[in-house]
Amino acid sequence: MRTEIRFRLNGEQVAAQVAPHETLVEVLREAFGLYGARESCGQGMCGCCTVLVDGRAVSGCLYLACLCENAEVRTIEGGTALDAVQQAFVEAGALQCGFCTPGFVLMTRQLLDEIPDPSEDEIRHYLSGNLCRCAAYPEIIEAVKLAASKRRKS
Amino acid sequence: MKRAAQPTETAQVGRSLPRLESWLKVTGRAEYVHNLRLPRMLYGKICRSTVAHGRIKRIDVAAAQAVGGVHRVVTGEDVRALIAEPYYGPAFHDQPVLALDKVRYVGEPVAVVLAADPHVAEEAAHLVTVEYEELPAVYDEVEAMTSAAIVHEALKPAGTFPDLKHLKGRTNTNVALDFHLRRGSPEAAFSTVDRVFEHRFRTQQVMHTPLEPLVSVAESTETSITLHTASQSPSFVRIEIARLLGWPENRVRVRVPFLGGGFGAKLYIKLEALVSVLSLITKRPVKISLTMEEQFFTITKHASTFRIKSGVTKDGRIVARDCEVWWNGGAYADIGPRVTQKSGFTAPGPYDIDDVRVDSYALYTNLPPAGALRGFGIPQLVWAYESHTDMLARELGIDPIEFRRRNLLREGRPQATGTRMKDAALEKVLERLAVLMSWEEPFERGGGTVRRGRGIALGFKACIANTTSLAAVNVNADGSCTVYTSCVDMGQASDTAMAQIAAEVLRIPAEAVSVVHSDTDVTPFDMATLGSRSLFHSGNAVKLAAEDALKKVNQLRDELHLPADAPIADVFKKKYGMRAGSVTGAGNFIPPYTPPDENGQTDNATPFWMVGGTGVELEVDTETGRVRVTRLVNVADVGTPINPKIVETQLSGASIMQLGFSLFEKMHFDAEGQLRNASFAEYKIPGFHDLPDEIVNEAVVGQQSTGPFGGKGVGETGTFGVSPAIANAIHDAVGVRLTSLPMNPESVWEKIEASR
Repeated sequence: MRTEIRFRLNGEQVAAQVAPHETLVEVLREAFGLYGARESCGQGMCGCCTVLVDGRAVSGCLYLACLCENAEVRTIEGGTALDAVQQAFVEAGALQCGFCTPGFVLMTRQLLDEIPDPSEDEIRHYLSGNLCRCAAYPEIIEAVKLAASKRRKS
Repeated sequence: MKRAAQPTETAQVGRSLPRLESWLKVTGRAEYVHNLRLPRMLYGKICRSTVAHGRIKRIDVAAAQAVGGVHRVVTGEDVRALIAEPYYGPAFHDQPVLALDKVRYVGEPVAVVLAADPHVAEEAAHLVTVEYEELPAVYDEVEAMTSAAIVHEALKPAGTFPDLKHLKGRTNTNVALDFHLRRGSPEAAFSTVDRVFEHRFRTQQVMHTPLEPLVSVAESTETSITLHTASQSPSFVRIEIARLLGWPENRVRVRVPFLGGGFGAKLYIKLEALVSVLSLITKRPVKISLTMEEQFFTITKHASTFRIKSGVTKDGRIVARDCEVWWNGGAYADIGPRVTQKSGFTAPGPYDIDDVRVDSYALYTNLPPAGALRGFGIPQLVWAYESHTDMLARELGIDPIEFRRRNLLREGRPQATGTRMKDAALEKVLERLAVLMSWEEPFERGGGTVRRGRGIALGFKACIANTTSLAAVNVNADGSCTVYTSCVDMGQASDTAMAQIAAEVLRIPAEAVSVVHSDTDVTPFDMATLGSRSLFHSGNAVKLAAEDALKKVNQLRDELHLPADAPIADVFKKKYGMRAGSVTGAGNFIPPYTPPDENGQTDNATPFWMVGGTGVELEVDTETGRVRVTRLVNVADVGTPINPKIVETQLSGASIMQLGFSLFEKMHFDAEGQLRNASFAEYKIPGFHDLPDEIVNEAVVGQQSTGPFGGKGVGETGTFGVSPAIANAIHDAVGVRLTSLPMNPESVWEKIEASR
């Protein structure tokens, strides 16, 4: 029942054999050994499984892998050096256990692509679909502001 | 890393150093058990009880076994064939690896389906059918005291704790521990006071919901077993698995990488006994990863009822206090009996009261088990005694801060156990709270349907005793350093703190220190990472180990006639003629402790006191009952902060977590004991929209004289005062008193409506 799908993963052309019920997170884990997007709540409520598909954030635990045919898929593992958002998360101490962090980083990149200089309200609203049980929320807001200023400077 | 091994005169303690593992976490590379896959690994999916209390009459696994791809279905009887007495637990050996004879709550594991494909295992787990003979059940902790429904036929204390031994073999009871404290003559005192107030408070059952759900992997051979587990207590897991199997400890290896959150959920035995048995039965590696839903059926925070009575004088002195606390422990004791005692003795609050009575009861009920959750029972107690204390102040017409000032337990004065307070900055925390809340200034009270109020609360905690931590520190030939500790980094940044402590002793940058994660074959014993004990206990052990290593390096310097400031790398080079060798220091820390007598009295109840105060400003919408916290002020005594930035994030994170427990989180059970909201779609945890507009965190200038470089624990402190500060502020805003958590819009609105 498996079919081959082809897509671009972090800039590389790849192929994978996927079953119809398999989610994007499962395929990233099983076929490509990528663990940065991780299933937590399993309902698309927490954002730990965030993956960018054609530039849009999706809940990888609900998104069927077969829908990625010919898509451009980006995960936290893409890129070699830390970008402004990752640097800002480190500097602002915007993480504790780290389990939700990749999802926040990806959502923040998308936020800053859309709104380069977001207000605090815009940050809270945009990231409200991501949960952090350690509740590093104030530090995450600080990190987003810091990342925005780093991006403006560069 | 040539730079890193150079000696430094810069203080390493007190640096707001970013977490050492930051890079791993922002790139998604941090290692969690969640990520682990082993060759030939089987996935287990659990079939769970559908009744709250019942005898197992028959388990039919045929349909499940017949599903293509199912390797095997395992039930409690298969476990019993391997282990004659397959029961575990830190306080009582009461919890079966899989249900045997009886089930005691909805969601209890009854069977496991194993398959190489987890989807196959899950599908087949739905096909296991179990017939039960249903028994009467009990859910309420106070009813459990006298209920005819008995959860356990006979009590089976583990033998670890002396104060549980008298319970052995006791039948016809749900009381898993009755703790009593008596100081002075409360009966006589109550008869002489001017006023007596009595109130009753309740807290609800909630869940930790770490975002990395509980997960364990076991791989075994004929003679050994290795567990990879998301556990806060690897040393305990090794001891308990070795005991269950009747094996020596050195044949059980427990490895723990980073944890995706813990908060007390990942303590003692959770999935470890189950995956161990499954691996031994199948002779293959076995992994069980719980779903978010399944976590709610595994471990929770105690619901509780607290009756508190105070006798006060006209001038506002509390002279007698009577506390009766019932803890809803669920179907298995877990660490509940310790919560009952270790937190129970602080139930009268941080006040100087001569005549005190405390009765604290751990109860079995037919609900999912309860254990430790960020505060070890303290937030439940502070909720009650700080709501009550505010009610006394307002009844007497005394300002709430002034009333607390008059009654505060000051340095050197005996607490309810008789232990004299030491290094507990209660006074400083209260006074800083008054300043940061601008308590003496006029306060804008709102109008119309949005009323504003403010409130404060002050809590304290005695760190758990009697516990021990060991550590080793290796100084390598280039002067870099490796710390070996079984302290688990679950997000609290213990790796970074331990590195800073070792670096401070060795006068090298903390970045030159690496911390080896828990591996019981490698890292020394550590009681567990719980109850804010690790910075103090593991930190002291690391400090001792680093000092021991430094002493040995200095001896080498002397032997080799090198100057005292000769770099470590030069010492090894001269000793061995090349870059070779290493020096290992050992640290073994156990603080003094005196067990309480039959009246709960002791001259040394705890190695250190934690103090946390919270101030809240909020708005109440009188039409909807919605409470919006606009300002949250956390003040704490953490001794000397080892890493100030991380201390701040711990205080802030703990207070936001407690905000969820205060305002909306609640596990809803129906009349049959079935949990109705075991998912994030129905059980909401705090997100961005729940944050107060402003959060202020402050560590007062403090010093824990026995702590490593003056430090002590902080993980739980931010939780203590949040719930009662909110209740006190709601009362201040709209004049109604909430006595039950959570303070959601319905309950606030009902109170307002009733007062109209």
